[in-house]
Amino acid sequence: MTDGLTEYALRLGDDSLILGQRLGEWCGHAPMLEVDLSLTNVALDLVGQATLFLGIAGDADKLAFHRDVLDFKNCLLVEQPNGDFAQTIARQFLFSNWQELLFRELTQSRNATLAAIAGKAVKEVAYHARLANEWMVRLGDGTAESRARIVNGLDWMWRFGDELFDVDDVVEPLIASGVAVDVRKLRGEWDQRIARTLSEATLEMPKPRRAAKGGRIGHHSEHLGHLLSEMQFLQRAYPGATW
Amino acid sequence: MSKEWPLWEVFVRAKNGLSHRHVGSVHAADDRMAIEAARDTYTRRMEGVSLWVVRSADIVASDPGEGAALFEPAADKVYRHPTFYSIPEHVKNI
Repeated sequence: MTDGLTEYALRLGDDSLILGQRLGEWCGHAPMLEVDLSLTNVALDLVGQATLFLGIAGDADKLAFHRDVLDFKNCLLVEQPNGDFAQTIARQFLFSNWQELLFRELTQSRNATLAAIAGKAVKEVAYHARLANEWMVRLGDGTAESRARIVNGLDWMWRFGDELFDVDDVVEPLIASGVAVDVRKLRGEWDQRIARTLSEATLEMPKPRRAAKGGRIGHHSEHLGHLLSEMQFLQRAYPGATW
Repeated sequence: MSKEWPLWEVFVRAKNGLSHRHVGSVHAADDRMAIEAARDTYTRRMEGVSLWVVRSADIVASDPGEGAALFEPAADKVYRHPTFYSIPEHVKNI
């Protein structure tokens, strides 16, 4: 059993790492060169954050490339497949708006390293949220096809939102000692942000769904294993390979 | 209507005190997207502190056919060139 801070750093780092890997899958496949660059820029920001957070928990490279599915502690939202561009944007919309609020609070952490990482990352994530919010509006208030796609994408991602606001026994003591963020307190502001952008996008709030949870304790959807098999291939096939 | 997004010309100010310089172009559907595409394409290696974008279609260009009339008369007026001043070595960006 790892200590609380290590576990918390794994959760923060894995969120960024897995979403970074997902966005990286768009490299060379996005609908426009400009979109390709913007998605991979976001991916690189996230992988950079992951390197820092996982560095608190141990050797970041080893943690990224030599853990199996059950040992990953990311939320289920970030491992969901890219689908079409709209589904990718829906995932980014829910996640980046949450992560921006999270990092804003984390800059106040009593743990100086966490606070410093958050201070650097919050600027990156504010841009990710802006990008995702604007794409939500363009797709929702765009053509009949873009609208249908973003409705479907949001519908896929919606059930993974609740997990972002869960607090368990691992994090509770860290909240009490001022190290971790109490994400429960972010829910109201997140709801408002989501509602504001959806309204601007002329989209309806999706109906409440039964929440899917379990990522924080390693219970993942089938998609994560496939993602890891690609992400970890090189280090598994050629252990210790460098460039 | 074309299915391609319109083209925008991108200008970057490398640092305060310098002027914006043309660096290239991006495709984007609207002005916000153009700024973001320009940011992601042209400032990811710390190239700038400010961005301008303008629709390429809004740029009025001189006619290459009129090149002779427009530009050649300047060729033999060397006295207009500020080459007779010595510039102190420590003055940059002139």
